[in-house]
Amino acid sequence: MMNTKRTEKIAFSALLVLTLLVIAPVVMIFAVLLIKGLPAITPEFIFSMPRDGMRAGGIFPAIVGTFYLALGTAVFSIPLGIMAAIYLNEYAAQNWLTRTIEIAIINLAGVPSIVYGLFGLGLFVSLFGVSILAGSLTLAIMTLPTIITATREALNAVPRSFREVSYSLGASRWQTVRNVVLPNAVPGIITGVILGLSRAAGETAPILFTVAAFYLPHLPQSVYDQAMALPYHIYVLSTQVPNVSSKIQYGTILVLVGMVFILNIIASYLRARFRRRKTW
Amino acid sequence: MVAKLDIYKLNVFFDSNKVVKDLTLQVEPNEILGIIGPSNSGKTSFLKTLNRLNELYRNCSTTGLVKLDGKNIHDIDIQILRKKIGIVFALPLPLPLTIFDNVAYGPRMHGIKNRSKLAEIVEKSLTSSAIWDEVKDRLNEPAFRLSGGQQQRLCIARTLAVEPEVILYDEPCSGLDPISTQKIEDAMRQLRSNYTQILVTNNVKQAARVSDRTAFFLMGELVEISNTGDLFTSPKDKRTEEYITGRFG
Repeated sequence: MMNTKRTEKIAFSALLVLTLLVIAPVVMIFAVLLIKGLPAITPEFIFSMPRDGMRAGGIFPAIVGTFYLALGTAVFSIPLGIMAAIYLNEYAAQNWLTRTIEIAIINLAGVPSIVYGLFGLGLFVSLFGVSILAGSLTLAIMTLPTIITATREALNAVPRSFREVSYSLGASRWQTVRNVVLPNAVPGIITGVILGLSRAAGETAPILFTVAAFYLPHLPQSVYDQAMALPYHIYVLSTQVPNVSSKIQYGTILVLVGMVFILNIIASYLRARFRRRKTW
Repeated sequence: MVAKLDIYKLNVFFDSNKVVKDLTLQVEPNEILGIIGPSNSGKTSFLKTLNRLNELYRNCSTTGLVKLDGKNIHDIDIQILRKKIGIVFALPLPLPLTIFDNVAYGPRMHGIKNRSKLAEIVEKSLTSSAIWDEVKDRLNEPAFRLSGGQQQRLCIARTLAVEPEVILYDEPCSGLDPISTQKIEDAMRQLRSNYTQILVTNNVKQAARVSDRTAFFLMGELVEISNTGDLFTSPKDKRTEEYITGRFG
């Protein structure tokens, strides 16, 4: 008979190795990016226009473009997503309409991003032209399911008893949502919103036909302008422009990954901070 | 005398499961009505029907008639009804707010904004629930810092703050030590002059100590109701006798 302690040791070691394998890609990506990209990161690279057919100079317009797109996405998706989640969770009766909406949201989350891009081309581009507005709206629709789901989870995490107390004191439904449910759900909502936005900031396919400019060495002047954006710029640098130094390619990727990473860290920090403060 | 609450042929269902069966009883003004019975006998469901909190559960439905001061509770605006019939839950459930804001929550929801008026209500309510002296210097602390017994008296104060006419207690002392229990029972006795109170309790002795009349519920049915002294000394039903002498439940 085999020694059970030894069996357990072997099993745990195997599990540990497999777990390390999971984080290996992340570590490798960051290592390569830092080694090859960090030398490119200079104030000039961040804050100047691209030159020489994007083979030199900086990536400022792409950074600004991605920032505007994230902002535009936030403006459209946050109010809509949060309000939809509040309605579905706190108001909607359990009937076929609600169930249909819920199924639609689940399916919306599963739609490939290129399909969102084509949808944006068909609807928003024909309305507003290839523009920051059309790109933001497309990204906003793609982000909605994430925000709705995260908000609903946060609302559901507020103990049911809090609602009962509020109703029992004669508060209306909206008063209960406004004063008891929402304040306690805010941390979860913020986390979900940031994660959704960071995902949107890194997407290429939805902006491909709706906003992204190949090469535009000035900053956008209005929401009806095209803009460069980091994910598309990376795609362009790696496939469309010959003889780009790998330093610039890796540097651009590092900037995008860095932006997304910072957003995710902020989300994790907020979640941890509010969890500590939570007292029930 | 008109009954404060008049319950006629009340049935409460969860899905198709009948948890309160053909209940008819009257609650008199300013009495403390004790309701005893083993768990699962429909006591809590009955209470929550009175201020229509049961309607928060999607699978709950009722038939029959409940009147407050002679008026069908379904003809009263639901927010007004819940203001008139307050409830204290089994577990102390302070909201994640300060002590002051917990008590002021109800009045604020009913439109009182004036700070000094609120302060007056808070002091009066906390005094009535016999906790003012313990918390008057720490009104801005989170309510969670209070002990369990203090939290429950805070919850009574919060219920009193909206000036109800009827107070329902759903096993209010089930998680509390004997001294906290005694303080809450004292508070109930003091409230008798201004309020009609219904006390659901698992603790038979508590009903004997506090209530004017006592009702015995079993499996959703009202087995017996009479003056507390009579019920405990000469119960008419054999099941009541067995329950109060501790032979089952």
